[in-house]
Amino acid sequence: MKKDTSYINALENEAIYIIREVAAQFEKPVLLFSGGKDSITLVRLAQKAFYPAKIPFPLMHIDTGHNFPETIEFRDRLVEELGLELIVRNVQDSIDQGKVKEESGRYASRNMLQTTTLLDAIEEFKFDACIGGARRDEEKARAKERIFSVRDDFGQWDEKNQRPELFDMLNGEIDLGQNVRVFPISNWTELDVWSYIEKENIEIPSIYFAHKRKVFLRDGLIWSAEDDVVYRDEEEEIIEEMVRFRTVGDMSCTAAVLSEAATISKVVEEIRDSSISERGARIDDKRSEAAMEKRKQQGYF
Amino acid sequence: MEVLKIATAGSVDDGKSTLIGRILYDTKSLTTDKLEAIEKTSKQRGYDYLDFSLATDGLVAEREQGITIDVAHIYFSTSKKSYIIADTPGHVEYTRNMVTGASTSQASIILIDARKGVIEQTNRHFFINNLLRIKDVVVAINKMDLVDYSEDVYNKIKADFEDLMSKRDYQDQSISFIPVSALKGDNVVNPSKNMPWYKGETLLDHLEKLDKADIFNVGTPRFPVQYVIRPKTDEYHDFRGYAGKVYGGNLSVGDEVVVLPSLTKSKIKEIYFYDEKYETASRRSSVTITLEDDVNVSRGDMIVKENDLPTIEKQFTANVCWMDSKQLTPGAKYIVQHGINKVLAKVDNIHHKIHPDYSGIEEEVSGLGMNDIAQVSFKLNKPIYYDKFKNHRTNGSFIIIDSQSNNTVGAGFIQ
Repeated sequence: MKKDTSYINALENEAIYIIREVAAQFEKPVLLFSGGKDSITLVRLAQKAFYPAKIPFPLMHIDTGHNFPETIEFRDRLVEELGLELIVRNVQDSIDQGKVKEESGRYASRNMLQTTTLLDAIEEFKFDACIGGARRDEEKARAKERIFSVRDDFGQWDEKNQRPELFDMLNGEIDLGQNVRVFPISNWTELDVWSYIEKENIEIPSIYFAHKRKVFLRDGLIWSAEDDVVYRDEEEEIIEEMVRFRTVGDMSCTAAVLSEAATISKVVEEIRDSSISERGARIDDKRSEAAMEKRKQQGYF
Repeated sequence: MEVLKIATAGSVDDGKSTLIGRILYDTKSLTTDKLEAIEKTSKQRGYDYLDFSLATDGLVAEREQGITIDVAHIYFSTSKKSYIIADTPGHVEYTRNMVTGASTSQASIILIDARKGVIEQTNRHFFINNLLRIKDVVVAINKMDLVDYSEDVYNKIKADFEDLMSKRDYQDQSISFIPVSALKGDNVVNPSKNMPWYKGETLLDHLEKLDKADIFNVGTPRFPVQYVIRPKTDEYHDFRGYAGKVYGGNLSVGDEVVVLPSLTKSKIKEIYFYDEKYETASRRSSVTITLEDDVNVSRGDMIVKENDLPTIEKQFTANVCWMDSKQLTPGAKYIVQHGINKVLAKVDNIHHKIHPDYSGIEEEVSGLGMNDIAQVSFKLNKPIYYDKFKNHRTNGSFIIIDSQSNNTVGAGFIQ
């Protein structure tokens, strides 16, 4: 039986309302775009919010330099087709400027380093609102996140002192130097996002669908061996498997799952039956039980 | 089908987080990795059971102290409904958290510890639920396993609670009582074998059967203009669309409308949702409206049906829940955000403070502290277009912002 999707309309209406509030309440908003399904969904919602006018703010991608090539290719095509403005800032530049130090070893990842590049870019462009695709169901620290989440001059999240949010009312009052992170799809689950992508027939990067890929196994997770980005020991053997990715973060911290799902409807079916949560394939959360909360306090998205 | 939002209320240690964890577990909403994390931590702490509260207490401080600090949102779905539970903690900032959670919910669960019965906190929880006009309230009498699943205990608590119900203001609230054990799983998702005397529904069955028509508050249509859309492209050269969300009731093409505050009359010409035109915009949809006449409309204005005007006033009286450690005092100035509209407001008078245990009111009030609920009147620097909260949940409520800290420091319900 096909599940009734009219509740997705309710989530969509809520998200459009939030995006319009951002455009109205802030002077320099930006949509943080990773090339992942959540930020692609945000772009569609923003199109809907302002139609027939264009989206009145730019997109910004913080590029770790370790993205899946498919994602970058997709990003550039989307921006061109929709005539959007795209800003790209590179983690590599932050490394070259000596602002952050590249991690080394088996679990090296540029995921943490993104924060510095992001905060620098916010300051450079004086962005006062950054729209992001984070969802409360992803992780338990994110479950406490507000829709308008205030960050101080240092980009930090004060989780114990958040503004209450009542009814539909969004308080975007901030001081100069502060900014607000806005999460229009806070109340969506992973399945909701996929159902929406299916319903709207939204195009997404190919790595979300099952494909043959050279991979290796570590700690029970499947890692891409197609590029040199993920550190691999000599004894970690390369094999070929049918896999897909459930998130498209930095390659060095995004593991694949075995899958035969090659179409959106198959993916939706697979997620409905799945017993491992989406972030279960993100090694950055496994560092400790409070990994996400710590990163958020420091200004991570 | 819509999303059903539920707020939970209970005192410290009533087992709220455990109840939510139990719902997630019994509906098989906990994924293997989350379950493994709970098993691991429960074992580390030396428990011989699974501590489901670990599924919801997301902050380090919460896990350390074994308490819930902040409102958490939990998502699960069954084949019938999608649910969002706002888990609202019951201690220090209880009023603030409960009001916040309840403001977006259509139903609520009030937990009572069967060993303690109806306590002062229960009064407060019920009072706030009633004040916010939550349509459906479930009183879950928890920890029945610790009172030998006694029917007498259940009946006593039910009778005590019914006594509270007789004093409430909003009488149309539907209230159900369910004896549960969140820890052991009785009557949460699965029926209990330990309480054959209870013939009613399980908690989940009750929620599954709630009818949409019964749980959503309706009123007359109100359309606050959020954003004016002017594409200025060749194709849409003269397009002037008013983007916003429809509250209360539906709006249709051809409706005779009035724009507030200018009181200009016009007619709805088109209703857009993205690139499609519709005849009717239903309640809670985010649409873009165009008008027949070239009238001046900007953000903060409100489009309503002719002959159905809200109150247009520069002052109002409201029940206020104060949420800040800095006191509200007569004469103090704040920003009042009513929907999307912001105005400057001055506290004119604090009429009286309300005792949420239904024991009465306090008339000599010099200021309001954290968690206080009081009747307050405000004077505004320009008019707002409001309805009474009892007639219109959205257009009858507002938040109070401290212009120095920018924080949301209170919420109000217009009388």
